[in-house]
Amino acid sequence: MFRFLLGRLAVLIPTFIGVSIIAFSFIRLLPGDPVALLSGERVMSPERHAEISHQLGFDRPIVVQYLDYLWGILHGDFGTSIVTKKPVIDQFLELFPATVELSLCAIIFAVVVGIPAGVIAAIKRGSIFDQIIMGTALVGFSMPIFWWGLLLIIVVSGMLQWTPVSGRISLMFFFPSVTGFMLIDSLLSGQEGAFQSAFNHLVLPTIVLGTIPLAVIARQTRSAMLEVLSEDYVRTARAKGLPTFRVVGIHALRNAMIPVVTTIGLQIGVMLAGAILTETIFSWPGIGKWMVDSVFRRDYAVIQGGLLIIAAVIMLVNLAVDLMYGLINPRIRH
Amino acid sequence: MKKLTTLFAATALATLMAGSAWSKTFVYCSEGSPEGFDPGLYTAGTTFDAAAHTVYNRLLEFKKGTTETEPGLAESWTISDDGLEYTFKLRPGVKFQTTEFFTPSRELNADDVVFSLERQWKSDNPWHGYVTGGSWEYFAGMGLPDVLESIEKVDDMTVKIKLKRKEAPFLANLAMPFASIMSKEYADKLQAEGKMNQLNQMPLGTGPFAFVGYQQDAVIRYKAHPDYWGGKQKIDDLVFAITTDAAVRFQKLQAGECHLMPYPNAADVEAMKADPNLKVMEQAGLNVAYLAYNSTQPPFDKPEVRKALNKAINKQAIVDSVFQGQATPATNPIPPTMWSYDDNIADDTYEPEVAKKMLEDAGVKDLSMKVWAMPVARPYMLNARRAAELIQADFAKIGVKVEIISYEWAEYLEKSKAKDRDGAVILGWTGDNGDPDNFLDTLLGCDAVGGNNRAQWCNQEFDDLVTKAKEATDVAERTKLYQQAQAVFKKEAPWATLDHSLSIVPMRKNVEGFVQSPLGDFAFDGVDIVE
Repeated sequence: MFRFLLGRLAVLIPTFIGVSIIAFSFIRLLPGDPVALLSGERVMSPERHAEISHQLGFDRPIVVQYLDYLWGILHGDFGTSIVTKKPVIDQFLELFPATVELSLCAIIFAVVVGIPAGVIAAIKRGSIFDQIIMGTALVGFSMPIFWWGLLLIIVVSGMLQWTPVSGRISLMFFFPSVTGFMLIDSLLSGQEGAFQSAFNHLVLPTIVLGTIPLAVIARQTRSAMLEVLSEDYVRTARAKGLPTFRVVGIHALRNAMIPVVTTIGLQIGVMLAGAILTETIFSWPGIGKWMVDSVFRRDYAVIQGGLLIIAAVIMLVNLAVDLMYGLINPRIRH
Repeated sequence: MKKLTTLFAATALATLMAGSAWSKTFVYCSEGSPEGFDPGLYTAGTTFDAAAHTVYNRLLEFKKGTTETEPGLAESWTISDDGLEYTFKLRPGVKFQTTEFFTPSRELNADDVVFSLERQWKSDNPWHGYVTGGSWEYFAGMGLPDVLESIEKVDDMTVKIKLKRKEAPFLANLAMPFASIMSKEYADKLQAEGKMNQLNQMPLGTGPFAFVGYQQDAVIRYKAHPDYWGGKQKIDDLVFAITTDAAVRFQKLQAGECHLMPYPNAADVEAMKADPNLKVMEQAGLNVAYLAYNSTQPPFDKPEVRKALNKAINKQAIVDSVFQGQATPATNPIPPTMWSYDDNIADDTYEPEVAKKMLEDAGVKDLSMKVWAMPVARPYMLNARRAAELIQADFAKIGVKVEIISYEWAEYLEKSKAKDRDGAVILGWTGDNGDPDNFLDTLLGCDAVGGNNRAQWCNQEFDDLVTKAKEATDVAERTKLYQQAQAVFKKEAPWATLDHSLSIVPMRKNVEGFVQSPLGDFAFDGVDIVE
């Protein structure tokens, strides 16, 4: 296991360095003066330009600049927002819980609905159930998030008025953020109706963000189940006269879950990408919306730093998934 | 810890207010997050709406719904005979807001005015660089560092500003968001505590609403300033619910989650007008889109040729096709909501046959030209490529061949400035301070050739009129001069004026007292919700 971990890390470190080089070059390859881009000052006297250029270290050799940048990152310095003047990492930590809360809900939704749907489709292979489930999954998988989100808002919030349109909680409620998770904070606030409001606000974004992982998980579960169901040991179990529930639920599902777990893990990276659109549509104040807003504000420091942090998070999540996979399925370690 | 206490206090307050049936909350679905809360540092409308028009006031204000100025924190002013000395008498008894984070001990005085303006001007002022990387872009952009001679406190209620040269738009400049007046007492306290950055995060001024709190990219909260010099507002709480997507803003408005929204999608406007719970206000925006010929290059150096081409453009078709009707064809280089706009000037009528004849008379045959189309959508021109195609088709009818070209946006702006540029350029302008000078001199003056003057057009008669108007301080006199200048412009036709886009503001039917600003900003003083 230790060797396996080392091997994974050996891949991870060069990948991270590669990403950091891309992030580092990003600002220098953009059209326009990098000093102006990074300082946010558009009107500058030559003296002021030289001063800022020196502050930012642009007057030193490029390699030194890069090593300095890397050194800063290793010490948690991902730059400072041009707009808010706050360290990028602080803003990230402030907003990340909102994204985690949404992503967790979405993945739970995807798993809770996706796995049973896949199992049913596999057991009833070729039936009308199977066709409906797989057809829906295909539609869900190919649904553009932006369109799907707006459609749900227009129908569910606008026409039916079942859920609020956007935001994390009704603006009538106003309480301090303790954990950053609105579902928990609203309970802690002790305000009547706050939790209900937070929950209602979560429904649509959860569905929108969970749709693609749900479709992927359902399809993956179905094919893994089909494969396992045709194995000898399942046939043996059936032959022994075990009830279908035991055969499918214990013997087959457990083994079918191995590839599904990887799929779920991989979906986390996909979700972060999906969060950018979902959060923007639903005005959900998480890191996805933060990145989009930063692009509109031309806050290059945040774009540069934020992308790197997000990339690091995705890499760490993938590492964790790999390790988990290694734990579940020892064969993979070799 | 302090922050936490403040938050809990605010929570208690909010709970109390939520429980009270008397509190009236107005929710504005704003289109983006403010860049900060110091209006001097930024240039975006989102910042001005969130800070300048809520928390702050200025010496002069724009009269609601117009581009004319009226007394604000300055009750009156006098201008010396040579036009170089402005003496402002401050309004007595103006109270700053009392907030969780600061309790003022005195009323507005001259120190506050001197502080607010000087920090933007003097590089040795400790507040000049208090936000690293921040710059006083508007202050510099309006040319004030070169125009100002001195800003002095005469006595507690009098401020004297001396200029180096005559500058008619000066008073209008002082009504702009960047010239918001802050509390020097608050600033001094922050400086003493080493928390200068807070001035840009927790603003405090004399305006109609006091800042309560901001949750990045999500919500800004204000409460009515109870001692506001203009009287307490009818709404108790003002909330900016930041909603970047226009379709979502519309849904929230429909669901009653907000009372008013800016910048709707053109495609949604019909549905908004049809909704019985909503009402829609519209007026021509303070902008213009134009096609600028290069008046230094033959055959475009002849006014007859430019005039002929103008008569060949079907502007209504552009307005219909690009804006789905949400714009009006432009006659003058300034928008109709601007003072001094001349209603008597007749537009070039669309007559391709006449245009063809005029071209022949001018001796132009087999003309082929380039038309530059902007690569981005701007409020005054949503789709320049489409507009260029329509112009291409129009010109084809009179035998003029058009090649459409484009560049990346920054490059487009830069390249189109060149004096020897080839082709006519589609571009536009949105007004900054409601002064005609900001259009006529900035875009068409001789000094702007090789810069903002994309027609490279230097007409002595026009330039003299505009310069004279800049130096005159009497509004009636200036109006006359600007109207003459518009007549010269129309006769000489350095541009084809294309359109003024409409600014459209949908709101709930129960919103009362909102006045649309021709300057494009959103202010909520005077607004009420009736049940």
